Amino acid sequence: MTDTALAFTHGDPQQLRGMETSNIAHGGPAPKRIVTGYGFWIFILSDMIMFSAFFATYAVLLGQTAGGPSGHELFDLRNVAIETGCLLLSSFTCGLATIAAGVRNERWFQAAMAVTCALGLAFLAMEGREFADFVARGAGPTRSAFLSAFFALVGCHGMHVSAGILWLLTMMAQVFAKGFRADILRRLLCFALFWHALDIIWVAVFSVVYLLGSAV
Amino acid sequence: MFGKLSWSAIPFDQPIPLVTGAVVLVAILAVLVWVIAKGHLPYLWREWITSVDHKRIGVMYTLLASVMLLRGFADAIMMRAQQALAYHSQGYLPPEHFNQIFSAHGTIMIFFVATPFVIGLMNLVVPLQLGVRDVAFPTLNSVGFWLTATGALLVNISLVIGEFARTGWLPYPPLSELTYSPGVGVDYYLWSLEISGVGTLVAGINLVTTVLKLRTRGMSYLRMPMFCWTTLASNLLIVAAFPILTATLAMLILDRYFGFHFFTNEAGGNVMMFMNLIWAWGHPEVYILILPAFGIFSEVVSTFSGKPLFGYRSMVLATMAICIISFMVWLHHFFTMGAGPDVNAIFGIASMIIAVPTGVKIYNWLFTMYGGRIRFTTPMMWSIGFMVTFIFGGLTGVLVAVPPADFLLHNSLFLVAHFHNVIIGGVLFGAFAGYTYWFPKAFGFRLHEGLGKAAFWFWLVGFYVAFMPLYAVGFLGMTRRMQHYDVAEWRPWLIVAAGGAVLILIGIVFQILQLVVSIRHRAELRDRTGDPWDGRSLEWATASPPPVFNFAIMPDVSGEDAYWAMKVRAKQQGLQSSEPDYRDVEMPRNSPTGVVCAFFATIMGFALIWHIWWMVAAGGVGAFATFVAFAWRDHDEYVIPTAEVARIDRANLEQRRAALSLAGSA
Repeated sequence: MTDTALAFTHGDPQQLRGMETSNIAHGGPAPKRIVTGYGFWIFILSDMIMFSAFFATYAVLLGQTAGGPSGHELFDLRNVAIETGCLLLSSFTCGLATIAAGVRNERWFQAAMAVTCALGLAFLAMEGREFADFVARGAGPTRSAFLSAFFALVGCHGMHVSAGILWLLTMMAQVFAKGFRADILRRLLCFALFWHALDIIWVAVFSVVYLLGSAV
Repeated sequence: MFGKLSWSAIPFDQPIPLVTGAVVLVAILAVLVWVIAKGHLPYLWREWITSVDHKRIGVMYTLLASVMLLRGFADAIMMRAQQALAYHSQGYLPPEHFNQIFSAHGTIMIFFVATPFVIGLMNLVVPLQLGVRDVAFPTLNSVGFWLTATGALLVNISLVIGEFARTGWLPYPPLSELTYSPGVGVDYYLWSLEISGVGTLVAGINLVTTVLKLRTRGMSYLRMPMFCWTTLASNLLIVAAFPILTATLAMLILDRYFGFHFFTNEAGGNVMMFMNLIWAWGHPEVYILILPAFGIFSEVVSTFSGKPLFGYRSMVLATMAICIISFMVWLHHFFTMGAGPDVNAIFGIASMIIAVPTGVKIYNWLFTMYGGRIRFTTPMMWSIGFMVTFIFGGLTGVLVAVPPADFLLHNSLFLVAHFHNVIIGGVLFGAFAGYTYWFPKAFGFRLHEGLGKAAFWFWLVGFYVAFMPLYAVGFLGMTRRMQHYDVAEWRPWLIVAAGGAVLILIGIVFQILQLVVSIRHRAELRDRTGDPWDGRSLEWATASPPPVFNFAIMPDVSGEDAYWAMKVRAKQQGLQSSEPDYRDVEMPRNSPTGVVCAFFATIMGFALIWHIWWMVAAGGVGAFATFVAFAWRDHDEYVIPTAEVARIDRANLEQRRAALSLAGSA
């Protein structure tokens, strides 16, 4: 039997256990996998609200350069495009890791996770270089309110990616030590949601911070 | 080595905080020694501190809130005394100390009294009302509680090590910026709220998921008890609003620690952005607190009127309407900003509109009582006291929602009287009603009625005596937060207000007395049936206190007021004698993750406040290690065997039958 077939002989891959969708006859508590995923979605929504506060702040302070450099003078869109490529590609490889976990193939899982990690680190390295470059040119976060908002918003995303990489490595170690246990699969589901959500936020960062920001 | 921390941080020259701190420390040590000497420590550790049982966590939240209420009230009575004395004189509190006291009072009452009290009651009751065995994320629940406790601990540490903020309960810049508040006071505020804010967010996610995903068979949305609905609305608001608080405080932290320019006067910073952001959280926060109280009143009024809640669906609609509109009114906190007449008009109208669903609720409670067979128990007294008091508070709220009126009343004691009117008369009365109502469920015995009623009357009269004069001095032009004054007309009102605070103090003494007397007489007050009030929802369908798994058999629900329907059926058809089909029950294992995590969070928070960077790193590594250790364990559940489940449930059913037949023969 192939791995794919094996995965689906469990019969109910979403572990829905005959959940009834009709709200007239409510079928009782949802299974764990649904509860965990649902709760994590709500966390992600709350995280996005936190980001939206930083986005709103950036929008308000965009013009407040206090005589310092503006986004138009600072942003190197080619660099940002490569960063974006890294992150989007890492989302793809993260998806591959999810599929590998679905068919319980540990080798491919670890490989896909390692590539995801490498792409994430490449993204962080480029972002770090950009920040260091700005600071060296006298355009650090203390220069103007615009730069404060820029560093806080983009840095907040960067810190999320760093935390994601720490989580990713922990998950690789867990799968290595314990295999694809049900609770570990639930954590992988959450990790994947987290990583993809960071991508969505980055798309907004790219559009609002860099594209709109360099127009000013 | 120790950053900004040195011996000069301890206020040896100020007797009040020093003596208070010493007394508290001695009290804590005495309790600890007693616990250890009596050998209770292993029990406390096993059964409470590491517990992931939602009922125990709920009790601990409520306990934390009650202890902090004493601290917050001590601040309040000091302020009232100061203002009664400080006519043409300095009073007994120096200005910098007075400023810390009003800041600490507001911070503590909102974040560490009102919030944990309602979260505690929701934790205790909601899974029982939904007919399920636990919340969605039991261990996270414990983490959330202990992080809240960390925040409370940090605020109290500031009493003796360093200082607290002098900026008011919301640290408005530029006053809260490093230039004007160079001390650690604002940092204590910021880090304790960042940490406890994470705890509250965790609790919010947990309870939203619990209500939406874990309900027993047949418990569709429109069959949920009203308290579950208000819990849902309140926790949706937590999930949507607390991240804004986290972000806003993070920006102020960046300003203070790294010289950013979000809210500074220089380099393009924008002070009004802070007001907008903080109130985009702050106004929903008001409804996070009041909505659960509305739910409690709905349960209490319906139970003690012996009727289903009038207009259940309109109540659901009103709750969700408030949930949404509460996000559209934040600007009314600063009409005087000068946003222009159009903006002010829109927010003024939105603020008045939110009174409509609230009015719907008041009428629903009144109509629930109408024609009912009302029992005037303590929870019912709090509810009726609330309805009268809250209408006053609501009406003065509509008054300050009118921008031209607000320009006159902004920052006056009229405003202070208004929000105390709704928070004491609404949230606190609701919390006390819920505390008395669900106490027998949590502990298995009722609270003493007479002392409860005495406490109620002192609180109610004390509230009016303390706060009605503040409306008057507000009209006379007295602004809030004055350390001294020289207007003769204000003085009599402020002396009366201080008298009101003393009446409230007597109310609190009666509450403590009530608890002590009830514990001593618990045998007579014992609730053997699990249903001491002739209740209507599922929490009364199980024993008091409930077994760890809540329900031996998950109940089947076929309509509103699920337990009432079961009782009616039992009366018609006689008690069912067939043995239910017991099964093994899987429950989550207790875990020290929460308390260990909070330990590291305390270290980290303290180190961040005092700029002790190596300790920050150590705390961070410790917290991460805790999570990995938690993730690494192999057995996170244990099984209660069928025989044990059956034994516990049979004992309960027997008691219930005995009590019912006693009631039948009487």
